[in-house]
Amino acid sequence: MLKINNLHVKLEEEDKQILKGLSLEVPAGQVHAIMGPNGSGKSTLSYVLSGRDGYEITEGEATLDGESLLDMEPEERAAAGLFLAFQYPVEIPGVGNMTFLRTAVNAQRKARGEEELSSAEFLKQIREKARNLDIDAEMLKRPVNVGFSGGEKKRNEILQMAMLAPRMCIMDETDSGLDVDAMRLVADGVNALRGPDRSFLVITHYQRLLNHIQPDVVHIMSNGRIVKSGGPDLALQIEDEGYGDLLAEAG
Amino acid sequence: MTQTPDLDVREGVDRETVETVQNMGSYKYGWDTEIEMDYAPKGLNEDIVRLISQKNEEPEWMTEWRLEAFRRWQTMSEPKWAMLNYPVIDYQDQYYYARPKSMEIKPKSLDEVDPKLLATYEKLGIPLKEQMILAGVEGADAAPAEGRKVAVDAVFDSVSVGTTFKDELAKAGVIFCSISEAIREHPELVKKYLGSVVPQSDNFFATLNSAVFSDGSFVYVPPGVRCPMELSTYFRINAENTGQFERTLIIADKGSYVSYLEGCTAPQRDTNQLHAAVVEIVVLEDAEVKYSTVQNWFPGDENGKGGIYNFVTKRADCREARAKVMWTQVETGSAITWKYPSCILRGDESQGEFYSIAIANNWQQADTGTKMVHLGKNTRSRIVSKGISAGQAQNTYRGLVSMHPRATNSRNYTQCDSLLIGDKCGAHTVPYIEVKNTSSRVEHEATTSKVDDDQLFYCRSRGMDEEEAVALVVNGFCRDVLQALPMEFAMEAQSLVAISLEGSVG
Repeated sequence: MLKINNLHVKLEEEDKQILKGLSLEVPAGQVHAIMGPNGSGKSTLSYVLSGRDGYEITEGEATLDGESLLDMEPEERAAAGLFLAFQYPVEIPGVGNMTFLRTAVNAQRKARGEEELSSAEFLKQIREKARNLDIDAEMLKRPVNVGFSGGEKKRNEILQMAMLAPRMCIMDETDSGLDVDAMRLVADGVNALRGPDRSFLVITHYQRLLNHIQPDVVHIMSNGRIVKSGGPDLALQIEDEGYGDLLAEAG
Repeated sequence: MTQTPDLDVREGVDRETVETVQNMGSYKYGWDTEIEMDYAPKGLNEDIVRLISQKNEEPEWMTEWRLEAFRRWQTMSEPKWAMLNYPVIDYQDQYYYARPKSMEIKPKSLDEVDPKLLATYEKLGIPLKEQMILAGVEGADAAPAEGRKVAVDAVFDSVSVGTTFKDELAKAGVIFCSISEAIREHPELVKKYLGSVVPQSDNFFATLNSAVFSDGSFVYVPPGVRCPMELSTYFRINAENTGQFERTLIIADKGSYVSYLEGCTAPQRDTNQLHAAVVEIVVLEDAEVKYSTVQNWFPGDENGKGGIYNFVTKRADCREARAKVMWTQVETGSAITWKYPSCILRGDESQGEFYSIAIANNWQQADTGTKMVHLGKNTRSRIVSKGISAGQAQNTYRGLVSMHPRATNSRNYTQCDSLLIGDKCGAHTVPYIEVKNTSSRVEHEATTSKVDDDQLFYCRSRGMDEEEAVALVVNGFCRDVLQALPMEFAMEAQSLVAISLEGSVG
């Protein structure tokens, strides 16, 4: 599904290398977690994959189902099936949550040459999916993320994910700022979306989210590279021992 | 009106014109119609003023009124205080009167109507039935109307080519006709109210208009009548080098209500065209008028060539107690916009509201806002202005809130937001506030923001392309004002926002 090979990325504005030869492969149907200390380049990886401005790719490549991602516009990547759940979802004043989502869903359908979703069908789908995430009708009408609590913003990201039905989901520290109940809702939402044709890349600081979303593989990232990969146990080990020993070992 | 309708091309309609329409660029109304026109000679003098008056078959008092204005105008100079830069206008190098030849004798049936005139209104998206009437066919009023009714007065260059639903309105006692007809048919009303809100001597452009206005719309709603449908005027400048000077007069008698819509388009030409209109609204006791405008004159091309110079004086006089007026404007067109729809709150407890979206892209310049003049006790006003600047455009909000000594316990609330797209445009806010009593309250809030890269990236990461993303963010920014528009107009305005900002990013 997602293949990243020897990716080197620097900031466009300054001479600072962030990713230094990162390689990673997430096969279809799997959940991979990326853990790592602050400043290791985790968020940069998610932004570069989704096409945010401000980064320069100096070497390497990333493909989604064999198609090169890095030459595509952000909206083309979205239409190709990539989704990023933001660490800090953005507020858009005056634009209703529902309007935003319908515009997004139909933009993707149009890009894929599909017919637009009718209002009735859209409403039916969004109501059902919102219910599962404990999002009420009021929240669907409010402007996108404006005045939302931390938990509401993250649940809203998962709602978008559910509606857009991407094949490759990247979650950037979705657990940050969530209390236990909100985390469970988010995790349930994600688990409901798991399937043989959909993959997840879950970026997190802490192991606790991985109690709820069971990963197939855990990667440890440091200084712009993956330094170690392993099973779910690796996350538990980090939780107990911290990154110190592991990073020293990796040199 | 964002889609070009599939045209059922009639015999004699110029294929080429139709195809041009269907291949239009971002300004969707930029095509012109080749129609044989009668022009008055170029330039302006007393003879031209007399000629316009004569063409409209006006009585002597009207001719004198115009001449008085013209003499006054010759002593005046163009106002220079607005934040607008444009070359000197040669007022002698303009045509002041242009009329489709086919309008000289009113056609009796569809076969007699100039098909090009018909096609023009069809292309503009005005429903066929209305369009039949617009082209001046008698008897079309009798055909059953489809959907919701909106009566239309269409002004093509200097003349009104037709007004729809007149009979039905007449049953309710509402007079809706061209102003030239009103001058002939209802002189007592015109004499009483014309110039009573915007005097002949008001300002350079209004005075020019008073001298040379060729047509426009007239509305009178009698006491206690709620106008049974929305009224609208559709202005189209077609002829080249021709100024359009329409004059609108609306009178809402005691306890009446009317909602009025105004739309404007013009062909894409590389010379500038002059437009100087006057709108006067008289609101009597307990009456209410809503006036909505979608102004989409040709704004000039992306290099700033061409476009309409739009100098407009619009004013409502809440003359008696509890009169209410609401201005809503969506200003997306014109190279130059100079426009301040105002409310004179003379009656006690009268109310004025002004909702505005002004978009300036490429090299457009807009200097627009409102005046709320509180004269009566317990008067209320509310201003919500949303200015959007993109490209190299300059967008100025200029507003006056004035509380006179007698206007005790009055209130104003002003909210003035500017949005910038890119780093070469400008937004300016110039609020004037005068308070001459101690019991009134004036609030002013203003913000300036940029379309945020994070917002655009967020939208794009969900699959919208850049232009869709900008349109969505900007429509969100304008929401308070869009909600104040009548339903159909709001839809049209939303898509217009998107069209106006095409090419503003990337």
